[in-house]
Amino acid sequence: MDILSLLVIIPILTIIGIVFCQTQKQTRIIAAIGMSIQLLQSLYVVWAYLKERALGNTAEMVFTKNYIWFETWNIHYAIGIDGISAAMIALTGVVIFTGIFASWNIKDLSKEFFISLILLSMGVFGFFISLDLFTMFLFYEIAVIPMYLLIGIWGSGKKEYSAMKLTLMLMGGSALLLVGLLGIYFHSAPGGGPLTFNILEISKIDIPVNVQLFLFPFTFIGFGVLGALFPFHTWSPDGHASAPTAVSMLHAGVLMKLGGYGCLRIATFLLPDAATELSTIFIFMTGTSVIYGALGAIMQTDLKYINAYSSVSHCGLVLFAVLMLNKTAFNGAILQMLSHGLMTALFFALIGMIYGRTHTRDVYKMGGLMKILPFLSVCYVIAGLASLGLPGLSGFVAEMTIFVGAFQNESLYHRIFTILAISSIVVTAVYILRVVGLLLLGPVKNKEYLSLKDAEWHEKLTGVVLIIAIAIIGMAPLWLSDMIMDSLEPIMQKLTSIK
Amino acid sequence: MNITDFLLMRHELLLTAMVLIMLLIQIFTSNDYNASYFAMALFFIITVFGFVPSEKGEIFGNMYITDSLRVLMKNILNIGVLIVLFQSGEWISKPHNEGKRYEFYLILISTLIGMNFMISAGDFLMFYLGLEIASIPLAALAAYDKYRTKSSEAGIKMILSAAFSSAVMLFGISLLYGTCGTLYFSEISPQINGNILQILAFVFFISGLAFKISLVPFHFWTPDVYEGAPTTVTSYYSVISKGAAVFIFIILLFTVFKNLISQWQPIIYLLAVLTMSVGNLFALRQQNLKRFLAFSSIAQAGFILLGIIGTEQTGMASVVYFVLIYIFSNLAAFGVVSVVSEKTSKETIEDYNGFYRTNPKLSLVLMLGLFSLAGIPPVAGFFGKFFLFSSVASAGYYWLLFIAAINATVSLYYYLLPVKAMFINKNDTPIEHIQSNPTAKTALIICVVGLLLTGFAGVLFDYITSLSFGI
Repeated sequence: MDILSLLVIIPILTIIGIVFCQTQKQTRIIAAIGMSIQLLQSLYVVWAYLKERALGNTAEMVFTKNYIWFETWNIHYAIGIDGISAAMIALTGVVIFTGIFASWNIKDLSKEFFISLILLSMGVFGFFISLDLFTMFLFYEIAVIPMYLLIGIWGSGKKEYSAMKLTLMLMGGSALLLVGLLGIYFHSAPGGGPLTFNILEISKIDIPVNVQLFLFPFTFIGFGVLGALFPFHTWSPDGHASAPTAVSMLHAGVLMKLGGYGCLRIATFLLPDAATELSTIFIFMTGTSVIYGALGAIMQTDLKYINAYSSVSHCGLVLFAVLMLNKTAFNGAILQMLSHGLMTALFFALIGMIYGRTHTRDVYKMGGLMKILPFLSVCYVIAGLASLGLPGLSGFVAEMTIFVGAFQNESLYHRIFTILAISSIVVTAVYILRVVGLLLLGPVKNKEYLSLKDAEWHEKLTGVVLIIAIAIIGMAPLWLSDMIMDSLEPIMQKLTSIK
Repeated sequence: MNITDFLLMRHELLLTAMVLIMLLIQIFTSNDYNASYFAMALFFIITVFGFVPSEKGEIFGNMYITDSLRVLMKNILNIGVLIVLFQSGEWISKPHNEGKRYEFYLILISTLIGMNFMISAGDFLMFYLGLEIASIPLAALAAYDKYRTKSSEAGIKMILSAAFSSAVMLFGISLLYGTCGTLYFSEISPQINGNILQILAFVFFISGLAFKISLVPFHFWTPDVYEGAPTTVTSYYSVISKGAAVFIFIILLFTVFKNLISQWQPIIYLLAVLTMSVGNLFALRQQNLKRFLAFSSIAQAGFILLGIIGTEQTGMASVVYFVLIYIFSNLAAFGVVSVVSEKTSKETIEDYNGFYRTNPKLSLVLMLGLFSLAGIPPVAGFFGKFFLFSSVASAGYYWLLFIAAINATVSLYYYLLPVKAMFINKNDTPIEHIQSNPTAKTALIICVVGLLLTGFAGVLFDYITSLSFGI
């Protein structure tokens, strides 16, 4: 069995294992074992990737496998990874692993919960390893639909509304995407010959520019909906706020990255002319996401809403960087996806833990938690500092790279938007520090909270794993950045060839 | 008639034999309690025998045509009917059906014979004969629960609309005869040159057939009949009757009317948009699950048209493949609805609140069925719908594709409503645990296996493509 397919098979085996479990304890142990193996496997994939490169393998994608599936349509089960997908796989591995521990105490229908959660993660892994547009789309949809049940059954607040809104908006996005992908497919053989869904093969041909101009908006917005592109971001705050902890983690941490990844790998890579020509319009939309999300976060009082809006802002920055169409900015976009994925997963995990104790998420009702819950509070501060871009943590590396890359564009339009986007850093600092002040410092507002207990072992594990990952990116970004830079080469070649 | 001819027409002949056998058994037995088991056993044998490979050929001087594609279509219908028969066990064993159990199967199988003749027809007379055999007994089936007013109403509505649509279609056929001087498909086809009378004939003919597939605006009978008829009969309407009509529709469009392509493409375009949109919009507000599935099946018919408009080999393959998947999906949904309504006579979506807590397995089956109808992976519906969408894109109709994709999203909303009721909504008095009849269980298992396997079976799709043809 090849090492990439294992990333899909391990979750399936885990799900089958869970089906036979009787009690909640068994279920979570099976889930934890399965996802630990999955984490090791995804780290091993990264290691194997680096080793393969060190041995001098310069192929665009490594570990490729290709099996024919639907001969009529020339659909293949084609898999392979480069540095970008390897990094995303590692991110997904970390987040799903910690997600299992963050939902350790789920009581109601725990079997169904873990099955849906792991199914979701399977979709994400499958998406990142796919080289075939059909397979990719299939996994994308598999990743979206369990969300409905996860939020609807185990969520809180106006969960039914949020679940429906999220599912419909994401499926609406995938409707746009479908048009884009089929359009690309039917133009994948301009000189005659068999049509193909294979990304690598499509990237070698040039789709006519007028077709690209038609397809790019569908593809970019289709993925952009998942990446919280303004004005299609409205599912995100409601969805994240209503979702149970692990789902918020996985959704904000990983699922939204599908959008950014798709925008880079499909929309920009396969439709480069249109990306260049239309980028100004979309820069406006993504720039709005960045600023609007940050400003929105200031106004919120619910912890989850604050982080949901902050996710809109940060994921907007990813799409913003993709549209800058240069190597540094692309690199920044990938780093930002990794950084935001880890940081936001940590945020949502901590919010879940705090909510589990205080039973409120209103920042004005809490205060002084630093004295009562020192471990959780310190983790929260670290997540906050990473989010506002403190050097030494992942956020700084990512945002710095993005802004340096964005500023390399010499047009006035780009520069104005870059400066506006940079201003969001200040706003980020405002809302992060405001929450830290209200939530963690100051006097204890509710005396009942004095009896709360600090983190249990599984909560500590979640926090520590995520913080280590954030710190690794923050302190030693170079190996990661090199890995990504190498893999950006084909995309850059494609872009420069048309200029 | 020699053995080769017998093999060529084996579907129809075996079914006729089955009808006769059951008629004889009925005469010589006093108790009809075992009718359903006889029917299932006999039909199972026929279904298996249907898969024997056969030759291509014509008999009765070209009035009856058969080839691998038509045999495949009949086999697909057979599989569907087999599942319907398995589902019928529960309902037919009820006391109010005492004394008319054999008749149910006699009538049901007769309609299937008609449909098979429709598919194999080589001329319009044979086609019309098949159509009438298929539609008149259907009305009797709708009125089978004669103690319920709604069932009788459904019967009347069915027979009136069937008569009306047949009349319209017959008018179309007569005009066609007037212009071509023949009823044979193979002789009409080259004579079609797009003169105004032929276009008129075509429009009348298509309208008549559109009644059977319940395309908008010919769909008004559908929800009432679906709601009124016994659930087993409704599931038969929604998959078998519709599937057969779709098969003949695509064959005729691709052979007889292929010279009118520039006329029929816009018509199909319009019908597809209307059918998808109206079906979806009306389904949004339905409370009764049978009405809900009726509108959903209208919307699905709209999606099926997408494959036809592509006019390519892959388009026809997608339609056949989709109908197969649609049979599994819709019968999974109807199977659960039928089990529940027979045991508890509860049919509204609200009644299903909290259904998962008491009946997890049935809920999962219903969920898979609905997801497949909505086109969500990993169940088969996703693949079926994706290929239909691909066929539209292959013809370059990107805006139609866009409308269809948006419609698929809208449909997701209402397909999620029963799922929400079963899994999310709380209920103090949920439907208690249901112990379903073993045959009904078998039917559901076949559906679920079909749903999980047909999608991933690339070989199956390639096989269907190899049999299909385009214009």
